[in-house]
Amino acid sequence: MKRDAALSPPPGGALAPAARRGWLGELCSGWGFVERNFRLIRRYAAWEVAEQFYNVVNALTIALIGVAQGPEVVLYLTVGALLWGFLSVIFMEVATSVQWERWEGTIESTFMAPIHRLTFLLGTSAWAVLYGLVRTSVVLGAVALFFRMDLSRANLGAALLVLVVSSFSFIGLGLIAAVLPLLSPEKGAQATHIIQGVLLLISGVYYEIDALPAWLQPLSWISPATYTLRDVRRAVLHGATVGQLAPDLLRLGLFALVMIPLGYAVFATAERYALRKGLLKRNG
Amino acid sequence: MEYALEVIDVHKRFIERSEVPPAGMMPPEAGAVAAGATGAADPAVAAGGAGVRAGARSGGAEPAARGVRRWLRRAPLEEVRAVDGVTLRVRRGEIFGILGPNGCGKSTLVRIVSTLLLPDAGTVRVFGHDAVREPHAVRRLINRVSVEAAFFKKLSSWENLCYAARLYGLSPRAIRAEVARIAERLGLPWEKLFTSMEHLSRGQQQKVAIARALLTSPVLLLLDEPTTGLDPRSKRDVQRFVEEVRREHDATILLTSHDMDEVERLCDRVAVMNEGRVIAVDTPQKLKQRYGGPGGTLEDVFLRLTGRDWEEVLANEA
Ligand SMILES: Nc1ncnc2c1ncn2[C@@H]1O[C@H](COP(=O)(O)OP(=O)(O)OP(=O)(O)O)[C@@H](O)[C@H]1O
Ligand SMILES: [Mg+2]
Repeated sequence: MKRDAALSPPPGGALAPAARRGWLGELCSGWGFVERNFRLIRRYAAWEVAEQFYNVVNALTIALIGVAQGPEVVLYLTVGALLWGFLSVIFMEVATSVQWERWEGTIESTFMAPIHRLTFLLGTSAWAVLYGLVRTSVVLGAVALFFRMDLSRANLGAALLVLVVSSFSFIGLGLIAAVLPLLSPEKGAQATHIIQGVLLLISGVYYEIDALPAWLQPLSWISPATYTLRDVRRAVLHGATVGQLAPDLLRLGLFALVMIPLGYAVFATAERYALRKGLLKRNG
Repeated sequence: MEYALEVIDVHKRFIERSEVPPAGMMPPEAGAVAAGATGAADPAVAAGGAGVRAGARSGGAEPAARGVRRWLRRAPLEEVRAVDGVTLRVRRGEIFGILGPNGCGKSTLVRIVSTLLLPDAGTVRVFGHDAVREPHAVRRLINRVSVEAAFFKKLSSWENLCYAARLYGLSPRAIRAEVARIAERLGLPWEKLFTSMEHLSRGQQQKVAIARALLTSPVLLLLDEPTTGLDPRSKRDVQRFVEEVRREHDATILLTSHDMDEVERLCDRVAVMNEGRVIAVDTPQKLKQRYGGPGGTLEDVFLRLTGRDWEEVLANEA
């Protein structure tokens, strides 16, 4: 029954014949993460509904604070609530992707698949952006029904552009945060909440950053959310044009250009460290 | 000759807190541990003298737990040599078994071959590809089944298999027929594939794990205790399937197991490991002849070679 090793040539790559290779294969794998996460959400539908309900109520409550001060403040707060919701989803989905796999114990089988690590990260990011858009749209719809907002002066196209550009820098931040659960199974997930909390504090989500103590203000410059919030507000409240927003857009783009490769590099380094120390999993 | 798998002088050590107390520091005494474990807030309840003393010193609340924690923090770091200079060469088409007591480094070795752990020293080559320098090339050739089936438990088996397939560049349509075939061979009812995995028994989950590994047609299949926890019939199903895979897919299989009959039945050659080292490699037949004693079984070989006096056994045989 034994085979003669010299009979057939050694396999160049043994994947099943139907397997797609190259960038098409990577695309297929990247889509796999979106599909899987979608299916997971479907299984946790009850949680999802509860969470959405909370999100809507949360946004409404925050907007209601501004009613006494007039519609502009309501809009100001609404933009804050919506954007923070969107950016949080992106950040947390990317940051907790590794944690999910740890909980389920699938991290080893995912990490030994023959895909580029970038595919894992970008697939997760693509899911995060899609999911964030859907969630934010639901809240937006609810808020719009609740308050009849005057958006006649708003430049929604410019706002959307800001959103798209800043998504990328949040993905980069998420990548760096995703490293924490990779390195510390116990404390990693909690640490991502600390990062999220700091961003909430320094980015001027519900107030102008002048409200922060002077020593904290410089920190807000390094948060991409600061520019996102400022620009979306300028577009929605004052109808600022893309031209007027260009300097900040450039800044956000630069952020993304630095943060995504940096996030990837940090992740790759952390992965090597985890593989050396045996941090992925040890039992079995 | 080209080998399917070459493991050359591989070392892997982990740093752990020692279980031996540092000099001059006594572990929390048994009485204190008992008091802490039963949650007795009142030290008087733990009538042993030690418990009372420990409780009084640290103010009552969980004295023992705190003592253990402090002791653990100060325990010196110790080196665990999980894999300690292992050299193995597995020929193409072979089913190669690894036997050894718990904690002797089998899974660690399998992880190193799977590119999930980087060795401290040594070389691992899968069909000539270096596992450290070309992990991507190695990953295309291998797949692994570990002792516990790790899945997204809320998803169905089919959904989990689709996810795994996509990771390997396969579309759900491409795997459907293959999944059906494997499920049938393993005695896994087709409908079972569509219920949430948390409702499957451990054995059924393990079968799905085997299906997941085989979908991608690995040429080197790493099976880390694939039949642990399966009933005798399922075990038989899996073993028959493993033989079939080797026959029909030209696959090479590295298998760890604690089931001597399984190893004897399936494996062409067997390595016996102990404390991170390979102490004997041969066919099950020859191992029995050499180390089993008259009429000895593989279990006798195992017990003799992995007992405390194995070095003596080896010396006598030589
Ligand atoms: N990631 C890790 N971090 C620290 N120590 C580890 C890690 N993985 C394994 N070890 C240690 O290395 C040693 C070998 O473990 P391993 O899991 O390889 O044993 P095994 O032969 O597979 O045992 P079993 O038969 O119980 O499965 C053990 O002492 C274990 O505690
Ligand atoms: Mg093991």
